[in-house]
Order: sequence, then C-alpha cells, then structure tokens
Amino acid sequence: MSNNRNRKIRIAAFSALGFIGMVGFIYWGIIDEYTAQILTFAAINVIIALSLNLISGFTGQLALGHAGFMAIGAYSTAALVMQLKAPILAAILTGGVITAVFGFLIGFPTLRMRGDYLAIVTLGFGEIIRVLMINAEKITGGAAGLKGIPSFSEDYTLNPVFSFIWVYLFMIGTIILINNLIKSSQGRAIVSIREDEIAANAMGINVFYYKMFSFTLSAFIAGIGGGLYALFFGYLNPTMFNFLKSVDFLVIVVLGGMGSIVGTIATGFILTYLQEFLRFLKDYRLVIYPLILIVIMLFKPAGLIGLLEDFKTWRRRRLAEGKGVLKAGERA
Amino acid sequence: MGILQEFLQQMVNGLALGSIYALIALGYTMVYGIVQLINFAHGDILMLGAFAGFFVLIAAPVTPLTFIVAFLVAMLVCALIGIIIERTCYKPLRSAPRINALITAIGVSMFLENGARVVPQIGPNPRQYPTLPNVNYDFGGVGVSRIQAIVFLVSISLMVVLNYMVNHTKIGKAMRAVSHDRNAGSLMGINVNRVISFTFAVGSSLAAAAGILFASAYPQVEPYMGIMPGLKAFVAAVLGGIGSIPGAMIGGFIMGIAETLTKGFISSQLADAIAFGILIIILVVKPSGILGRNVSEKV
Repeated sequence: MSNNRNRKIRIAAFSALGFIGMVGFIYWGIIDEYTAQILTFAAINVIIALSLNLISGFTGQLALGHAGFMAIGAYSTAALVMQLKAPILAAILTGGVITAVFGFLIGFPTLRMRGDYLAIVTLGFGEIIRVLMINAEKITGGAAGLKGIPSFSEDYTLNPVFSFIWVYLFMIGTIILINNLIKSSQGRAIVSIREDEIAANAMGINVFYYKMFSFTLSAFIAGIGGGLYALFFGYLNPTMFNFLKSVDFLVIVVLGGMGSIVGTIATGFILTYLQEFLRFLKDYRLVIYPLILIVIMLFKPAGLIGLLEDFKTWRRRRLAEGKGVLKAGERA
Repeated sequence: MGILQEFLQQMVNGLALGSIYALIALGYTMVYGIVQLINFAHGDILMLGAFAGFFVLIAAPVTPLTFIVAFLVAMLVCALIGIIIERTCYKPLRSAPRINALITAIGVSMFLENGARVVPQIGPNPRQYPTLPNVNYDFGGVGVSRIQAIVFLVSISLMVVLNYMVNHTKIGKAMRAVSHDRNAGSLMGINVNRVISFTFAVGSSLAAAAGILFASAYPQVEPYMGIMPGLKAFVAAVLGGIGSIPGAMIGGFIMGIAETLTKGFISSQLADAIAFGILIIILVVKPSGILGRNVSEKV
C-alpha cells in the first residue's frame, strides 16, 4: 500500500516539475511560440478525446457528435466573455454546464435504448447544431465566423504562456477526474455496463442512470474543451465543428485504445503533432483515418496500448526463455 | 394557386421523395434485421450506385434503354460492393462487442466517401446528372414531372419484387429464418453466411437504384450525396419499426411527406432538422416503431 502511495507522490512530483519546467521554457523562449501552440492545442484535443473515451471507451456507448458539444461550449464561452465580460474561469465552467444540459436533453430519450441509437442521434445532433450555429447570427456571427474573442491574457507576448498554463491545468484536472471516477464504485458500475448491460442490470446497477451520468459528464468536459478552444484560437466558425472533427477525436480514442487514459493522452499528442506536419496529405488524411479505424477494429481492438501490452508479454517470455525458466513454446 | 392545390402538390413531391427513402430504408432494415448492425455505409453505397449509373449514362446517349442498362449495372456493381464490405469488414466482427462493428461501419462509410473524393474520375465537385428530358403532366393544377413518375413506378415495382422474394421464395424464407434465430437457422441446414451476404447484396442493389433515382431527381452527383438521404432513411426505418420490411416502406413515405410539407409550409432550412426531431419523438413515444415488435433483450 505505501509503495503505491509513494509511486503516486512520485508521479505527481514529476508532473508538477515538468509542468513548471515547460512554463519556464515557453516564457524564456527556449520552446518557440509555434511548438508551444501545438502543445497547447494537443492538450485541448486530449481533454475532448478523454471526454469521448469516458462515454465510448469506458461506458461502451458510441457517440459521434462531440464536435457539436465542443461547438456549444466554444460559442457559449465566447458569448459570456465578449458580451457579459465574464471572468475566464466562470465563462469556461458555465460553457461546460450549458453543454452538459444539452447532453442531458439528448441522452434522456436516447440512452434508454441500446447503444446503436446514441450513435445516430449524436451524429444527427452534431449536424443540426452546425446548421443552427450558421443561422443564429446574433450570437455566433453566422457563416462568416466570430472574430475577436479575447485571449487568456491581455498582454500579447505573455499569451502563449498563459494559454499553456490554463489549458494544461484543465487537462490535468480532467485526467485526475476521469482516473478517479473510473476507480470509484460509480466507475466500476460504468465499466460493467460496457462489459455486459444485462448482467449489470441483474446485479442491481441502474444502467440508465449511469449511462446518463457518464454522457452528461462527457458533454460537460467536451464543452470545457470547446471553451478553451475558443479562447485559444480567438476565432470561431461553424465549419470548424463538422463531422470530421468528431471523427478526429474518435480516431484518437480508438487508436490509443478504448478505455485507456494513457493511450488517449499519448495518441492525442502524437496525432496533433503529426497533423501539423502531414498537412501536405490533405484529402488523403480523410482516407487514412477511416482506414485506421477499420484496421484497428479488425485486428487490434485494444489499440496501441494493446500492442504495447503484447510487446511486454513477448519480452517477458523472451527473458524467461533466456534464463531457462521457460522452455521455448511454453506459456509464460 | 390555392392552399389545397399547394398541399396536394407537396403530397405528390413527398410521395416521390418518400419512395426513394423507402427503398433506402429497406436496405437498413433488412441488414439490421439479420445482423443487428446499423450499416452506416448504406448511404455511401447509394452514392456509388449513382456514380455507376452516371458513368453508363455519359458513355451513351440517354434513352429509356440506357436508363435501364444504367439501373442494372449500378445494382449489380453495388450488390458486389455490398458483399465485399460484408465479407471483409463486418463478418469478422459478428461476435465482437457491438461498438466495434459500429466503429467499423463508420470507418467504411468515411472511406467510401473520401475514397471517392480522391479518385480522379469522381472528384470532390458536384456534377450534372444526365437524365431523360423532363415533361410535366398537369392534373388540375397539380404537376407531376416525368422523373417523379419514374421514381414512383420504379420504387413501387422494386418493392413488389422484394416483397415477393422475401415472402414467397426459398431464399426469402431462409432470410426470415436467419433474422429470427441465426443459430437455429444454421441447425436447420441454412447456409447462414450465404444468406447474410445475399441480404447485403439485395439491400445494396436497392440503394443503388435509389441512388440513380435520387441523382436524377436533383440532377447532380457528388461524393457526400449519400449522407443526408442515408440518415433520413435510417429514421424512416426506425419509424416503421426497424427489422420490419413493410414498416420501412411506410416509414419512408411518412418521412418523404413530412419533409416536403415542412419545406413547403414551414421552412426549407428546417427540413433536415425535422428528420431528427421525428427520430427523438419516436424514441420517446414508441421506440419499437409503427410495425415493430417489442422484443426484450436476451442474454
């Protein structure tokens, strides 16, 4: 037990040190502004991908409209900051709550049914939200987009540092929240729904309640991610939140491994980084992403984390064989 | 034009559009009935069918005969594509968790759309669809265009053929048996894999026919054209009771009429949103749909 505790403290200390170090590097310009931007953007992607992982990876309900949730969070936060002059933290959290309300309203009729309906309803929802955003010109600026959203800091030169700090604090908060949730009794209930809905029901778990809980929380986090996105970019346009955006998050979750927090974080960073450098692929990216989804589902549904586990087992076997503990061909 | 005429006109438009939705919905409902999978790629098979017909129609002058050839080619091509997709992507996942098959279906759908975009012969831009010269028939102020008449007749005859096949032939009986209980069907000597492939082939060829009709009615084709009719037809299948063939037909007509009435009397921008409004209402009020059976889930 104390060993586990020590490990936790060590991880926390290293993360805090790394975080402070990164902030320093960005402040002194050792990490240039462009790299800092990619790192910040990657963290926003991780936040939203984690929220999708909560409902799809841990609860086992496919949701295809997270770009829509992100859009609601982004536009609400922008409106609160620009029109009501709300402080940043309050605006982001309120944006999250507004998104959660939408999540609740969509989830209520849909989650009583089996998972398939959620996929198609969220997909339709994502498209409708986009159409509504184009038409609600007063709040969203319509198809021309919404310009001049204030940044995290009024001082232009300090902006990269402040964006980094805000977004990373929210990302760390999200990671801790989801990690602790999954290890709690509510989390066990959520995972049991993924494993077998009928058995979970028979064990006295209120399946509908926990699906709603997970979906609403997922919408809340996605809304917060959207709010951060709005303040980070300073410009919003309804076409940013199309179906492909939802699929981007799905690819992060699936490639990392559904139901793996570490996998989502790792692929979130890797894919955001790659996207910057593979811009020349353009249309082909749209062909490669669906291929990734298909290939992973057919051959390695556990994603990259599953591959890593396979590699570890393989190496343990090799070591054991080398020591002569195991004969070749014997199981580890 | 009086309000009654306007209403009748929208009903005619709705019936034509609805018969296309019904054709697409049949594919969804048959596949769902037999493997319990929402085939997200169904709308994109419609797009491929429209393009297959497109290439036949630009290769030869558009006459009623080439139109028929276009239908046959498109239906055959899409039946093959349907079988290939089922064999390579869905069959290995039959016993996997449902979410895996759904993600694969989304992947296949996007792959077909964006794959079509990067193929130079198709490309991302919408293109004019070659079709028969249009004639308007007038029935006391209510106009019926020739293409609407063709859409309606082709759809109805395909539905009649399908109905005969499912209810009065051996393969139809096998399909019903497999959809009722796959394992028991297998024990009775039915080749389940062949029946499932056949179902995909039939569903896909109906989508191909719907694709040509849809493209001729609007007259244009582009790689993303299948998404919206696909989603609306899915709603139609749920409305009629997913898994039920007559339900899909009824649901298709209701969706078509609801859409044209919304366009005519409320707002054309809302027409797409109406479909999802209907879906939410069904899920709240009667999730099993109009003709669906109430099936409780078994272990």
